[in-house]
Amino acid sequence: MIDLDNLTILKAREGLDKNEFSSVDLVSAYQNIIKDKNSNLNAFLEVFDDALKQAKEADVRISNGESLPLLGIPFAVKDNILIKGKKATSASKILEGFVSPYDATVISKLKKQGAVFLGRTNMDEFALGGSTENSAFGPTKNPYDEARVSGGTSGGSTASVASGMSLCALGSDTGGSVRQPSSFCGVVGLKPTYGGVSRHGLMAATSSFDVIGPIAKTVGDVETIFDLIKGRDDMDSTTIGEDTYENRPTKSSYVIGVPQSLVNEKGIDPKVKENFDVSVQKLKDLGHQIVDIELPNALSIYYIMNFAEVSSNLSRFDGVKYGLHVDGDGLLGDYLQTRRDGFGKEAKRRIILGTYVLSSGYYDAFYGKAQLARVALRKKFDEVFKKVDLILTPTSPVPAWKIGEKSDPLSMYLEDIFTVTANIVGIPAISIPSGFADFEDKKMPLGIQFMAPHSAENILFDIGKKFLGENNF
Amino acid sequence: MAITKDEVKNLADLVRIQINDSDASDLARDMDSILGYVSEVEKLAVDVEREIPKLRNVFREDEVTNEPSEYTESILTNSPQRDGDYLVVKKIL
Repeated sequence: MIDLDNLTILKAREGLDKNEFSSVDLVSAYQNIIKDKNSNLNAFLEVFDDALKQAKEADVRISNGESLPLLGIPFAVKDNILIKGKKATSASKILEGFVSPYDATVISKLKKQGAVFLGRTNMDEFALGGSTENSAFGPTKNPYDEARVSGGTSGGSTASVASGMSLCALGSDTGGSVRQPSSFCGVVGLKPTYGGVSRHGLMAATSSFDVIGPIAKTVGDVETIFDLIKGRDDMDSTTIGEDTYENRPTKSSYVIGVPQSLVNEKGIDPKVKENFDVSVQKLKDLGHQIVDIELPNALSIYYIMNFAEVSSNLSRFDGVKYGLHVDGDGLLGDYLQTRRDGFGKEAKRRIILGTYVLSSGYYDAFYGKAQLARVALRKKFDEVFKKVDLILTPTSPVPAWKIGEKSDPLSMYLEDIFTVTANIVGIPAISIPSGFADFEDKKMPLGIQFMAPHSAENILFDIGKKFLGENNF
Repeated sequence: MAITKDEVKNLADLVRIQINDSDASDLARDMDSILGYVSEVEKLAVDVEREIPKLRNVFREDEVTNEPSEYTESILTNSPQRDGDYLVVKKIL
C-alpha cells in the first residue's frame, strides 16, 4: 500500500526511483480513488483510458535508470488545456466533440518529463465564474462538504488533489481561478507572473490576465512543477525570460504589507477575518514584520477588462470550424442558434456585457477608464513594493459557499476582491492553506494569499514553506 | 443608467446569440446592477503617465515551420461539416 494521504511529488520520486512502487501502482491507486469518489464529487469530466499505458511507459524509462522530477507522476489537467488527441471542452457545450490537434506547451513539457495524465477536470465554462457552478456538466462538490462548491474556476483540479484523486494538477488563473479554489479545498495553488508560463494551447478567457498555474498539497510540489513548466516559448510571445524582471533574493525575514482597510471591508466573513488575524500573528512570531498598506478595491477594473476580452475571445466559436453546430436558417441562423445552445448563461452575459463596454458610446466611460486605472494600479504596486517584500490578504473573503447560494451574478463577482489585483498588475501570487473554521457543522479549509513583485515566485515559495513549516517536502 | 430590453436584444444580435424576451429582461436587470457597480472605475482612473511596458510584441520570420498537411487532418476532423480539405459553410451571397 502506498501512503497516498502523505504522498508528495518528492516522496513519490523516491519511492519510484527506489522501486518501492511503480508508476503503474501509483496510477492504479489514484484510479481506484477516482472510481470511488468521482461520480459523487464530479471533479473529472473524463478519466483517460490510456493512463496506465502512460504509466507503463514511465516505468520503462525508470527501469532504464532515468530519473526526472515528474517521471511517472500522475497529474489532473483542467479542461481548457489541450492534450493532443484528447477531448477538451472548457466545460462548454459549444466545444462538444472537439479533439485537440496539438499539445499545449505545458503538456509537451510534462510529457518530456514523463508525467502521467489521469484525466481532464471540471471548471466554470471558459473559466468564467468562481465556483464551477457555471460548468455545462454540473458543479464540482467540495470534498470537505458536498453541499458546498469547490471554488472556481479550477475547482475540478483543486478538488481532485484535495480528495486524493490526484497527486497534483494544472489549473489556470484569470482573476483567482487557481488560488480561490485552492483555498476552498485546502491545497496550495500558484498564479505565476503574467507570461511566466506559456499559454500556447490554453483556451483564452482574458488574454491580458490568463496564466497557467500548478496545484498540489505542498509548496515544495508547486515549486517543482512551476520550475519545469515555466520559461520563454516561441509559441507565446507574451512569455518572459529569467532576465525580464529584477531578480530578488530570498531573505530570512520579510516585510509584509497588509491592506487593512481592504481586508476590513464589509463582506468579509468574521471567521475568515479571525483566521487571517491568527495567520498574521503566526508570521510575526516567525520574525516577519507586518506593516499596514493602502490598496484600492480593483474589482471594477478587473470586470470591465474581463468582459471586454471575453467577448472578443469567445467570438471564434461559430459552429463552422469546430465544436457544436446547430443548423439554422442560413449562415446567420447557424451562428445565432449554435451560440444560443452552445454557451451557458454566464458566458452569454459576459459576451454581451463586453460588447457593451467596448461599444462606441460607452468605450470611454468603461474600457478607456479601466485601462487608465490599470496603469495607475501598476504604479501603486511599484510604490508599495519599494516598502514591502510581500503583500498578504485572505485568499477569499468567505469560505466555500453552498451550491446554488449565489444566484445573483454580481454577488459572486464581489468575492474575487483579493485575487483580481495580481492579475491586473501581472504579479505572482500564491494561496496557502491557513487552517480550518467551523461553518454550520462542517470544518471548512481557509487560505491566505501572498503577492510578490514580478518574477519573485522564489519569495512566495520561501514564505509559503516557512508559514507551513515545510522542510523541502 | 437602466439598460432596456431592446438594447440587450440589439447587443445579442451583434454578438450572434439568439435570445428570447424573458432572457433579455433578465439580462437587462443583471447588466444594470453589474454596470452600476463597475462604473466605480471612474474613481480609480486618475490621470497617470503612460509608460513603455516590459512586454512587447515578438516577431519572427514569416516562414512555414510545419510539414505540409501536418495538421490538416486533425484540424479538419473537428469541423462539423467538410468536403475533402474544405470546410462547408452556407451560401452568404
